[in-house]
Amino acid sequence: MSVRNLLKNLLVSEATEAVVDKIPKPVGSFGYDPWGYNTDAVKIALSVMRPIYEDYFRVEAFGLENIPANGRLLVIANHSGQLPFDGSLVGYAMATNPHTPRAVRVMVERWFPTIPFVGNIFNEMGAVLGDPINCAKMLRNEEAIVVFPEGVRGSGKTWDKRYKLQRFGLGFMHLAITENTPIVPVGIVGCEETMPTPFHLKRLARLFGMPYFPVTTPIPLPAKVRLYFGKPMTFAGPIGGEDEVAVKVERVKDEINALIQRGLQERSGWFE
Amino acid sequence: MIHKHKPEVLVTGAGGSLAQYVINELKKDYHVVLVDFRRRVQLDEGMSSYRVEYNKRGFEDIFRKHKLEAVIHLGRMGLYESTHRNRYNHNVLGTQRLLDLCHKYDVRKVVVLSTYYVYGASPYNPALLTEEAPLKASELTMDLVDSVELENLANIYLWKYPELNITILRPCNISGPGVLNSLSLLLSSKMAPVLMGFSPMMQFIHVEDMAHAVTLAFKQNKPGIYNVSTDDWVSYQEAVTQCGCRRMPIPSIPEGLPKLISKRMNWKGWPPYLVNYYKYPVIIDGSLFNKTFGFKPRRSLDDIFSYYREKKEMGIL
Repeated sequence: MSVRNLLKNLLVSEATEAVVDKIPKPVGSFGYDPWGYNTDAVKIALSVMRPIYEDYFRVEAFGLENIPANGRLLVIANHSGQLPFDGSLVGYAMATNPHTPRAVRVMVERWFPTIPFVGNIFNEMGAVLGDPINCAKMLRNEEAIVVFPEGVRGSGKTWDKRYKLQRFGLGFMHLAITENTPIVPVGIVGCEETMPTPFHLKRLARLFGMPYFPVTTPIPLPAKVRLYFGKPMTFAGPIGGEDEVAVKVERVKDEINALIQRGLQERSGWFE
Repeated sequence: MIHKHKPEVLVTGAGGSLAQYVINELKKDYHVVLVDFRRRVQLDEGMSSYRVEYNKRGFEDIFRKHKLEAVIHLGRMGLYESTHRNRYNHNVLGTQRLLDLCHKYDVRKVVVLSTYYVYGASPYNPALLTEEAPLKASELTMDLVDSVELENLANIYLWKYPELNITILRPCNISGPGVLNSLSLLLSSKMAPVLMGFSPMMQFIHVEDMAHAVTLAFKQNKPGIYNVSTDDWVSYQEAVTQCGCRRMPIPSIPEGLPKLISKRMNWKGWPPYLVNYYKYPVIIDGSLFNKTFGFKPRRSLDDIFSYYREKKEMGIL
C-alpha cells in the first residue's frame, strides 16, 4: 500500500471525502491535473488542516458568500507569518465553504519546486509555481488562485512592520485585466502574531539559499486568525501603462487594508 | 517490385515500433519505402526496404529509384545509444542530408518526429507548455544538443523551403508494445530509480495513438510545429508503480549525487542527462494538434500501464 493510500485510510473521514467530492474540479484518470493537483492528496491535506484550522488557530471566516461558485477568480490577500500558513488557511476556508466550495490554487515562491518533498507535497495540494504564464493558463482553466502580491516582503515581515502592507507586485492586476478575472480581496488578521520575528539572520539565509532566516518562536503560536473576504472587484482594460495599473493595484490594497482594520477592531486580543 | 499505381512514401527508422504502426496504417493506400540504419527491415511482401545511413552516398539512390511523394522521418539514434557526438552526426547531420535530398528530389511532404525533451526539465517550467516555449534542453545538458539541433534544422528548412511542407511533431513519452525509448526501458524493468522527494507530473501516449497522430499529420498536410499529448497526467512514481516496478529510492541531495549514481550504475533508462526529467515536470499542451488535425487519443493511461504490468506478471518483460 502506498504512503498516500495509508494516510488516506488513516486520516480522511467520510465527511472530508464528501466535502472534496463536492468541489467541481476536473482531473485526469489518476486524480491529477496538469499542475500536479491530486484529489486524494487534497483530502489528506484537509484532514490534517482541520484541527489546525478549527482548534489551533480557531479560524473565523467572514464574507465567504462573496466567493463566486465557479469561473476564474483571483483571491488577493495580505501575507504574513514567516511560514505560508495564511495560504493554507485561506485554501481550507474556500474548500470547505458551505456556500460554494472551491479548489484553491496558491502561487508559491520560485525556490519551492527545488526543495525535496516540500515542492512535491505542495504541488499535490494545489500550490503551483508563481509564474505569470502558469497563472494565466490556470485562469483560462477557470481556476481560483490565491495570490499574495507582497511576496516574501510580506511573509518575512519583522515585528515592527506588522499589519503594514508592503509594496504590492503589479502582476496580478495585469492578469486580472488581460484574463478578464474578478478579484476577491482578503484581509487576514492574526497570522502576524503566530511567529513574531524581531529580526532575520541574513548570512544564514544566504548560506541556505533562503529568502530570509527568521529569528522567531520554534513553533507557531496559537493566535486566533480571522479571514475577511471582501466583495468581488472587476477591472477593465486596456492597460494604458504601469502607472495606471499601479493606481488600480492601490484600490485593491486599500480594500485589503480596510478589511484588516475591521479585523483589528473586532478582535479583543491576540488569542481571543 | 515497385507499385507504380500507389504514391510512394519513405519511412525512416522502419525497424522501430512506432514506424511499424505507421506503416500498417499507410500500406493500404501507399507504397511504403522502408529505411533503417540498424538493419534491413522485412515486413510485407513487395515493400522496398533498405539498410542505409543517411550520410552515406547510397542513401541518394533511394531518392533516384523511387518517386517519393512524402518522407516520414522517425529514425533517430535514441538518447541512450552511442555517444552524443555519434548521435549528433546521425540525428542532425543525417537529417540535414535527408532534408537536402527531399528538396533536391521534389518531395512535397515531410513529417519529422521530435520530442518533448527539447523543452528541458527546469524547476521554473510552467505547466502546459505551448509550441512557442523556448527550447531549453541544450542549456541544461550537452547530451540533448542533438535533439534541439534537429528541431532547429527542421525549422530552418520549414521556413526556407515552404514547398517541403514540413510538419514537426513533439510528442510526450511514447510508450507501449515494442517501444524502446529510455522511459519505456525503465517501465519495462523490475526496479525503477526514483528521486527521494520528487515525483514530477508526466504524460504518456500509446504508440498506436502516436502512429495515428503521425498518419494524420502526413495525410492532412498542415505544416508547422505541434506538441502531441493526451489530456491525462500522472506523477512519475505513480506511473512506475502502476507498471509493476519496484521503486528504488535515490538520494536527491546533494544535487550531483543522482547523476553520479546513474553514471556508475550505467542505467540506460535513467541516464545522468535525463535525471532532471525525473525531478521536474515538462507538461506540454497538445491542444493545437488536437484542434488542427481532429486528433483524439483512443488508449488510456491504464491501457499503457497495464501492458507493462501484465507482461511483467507473465515474465515476458
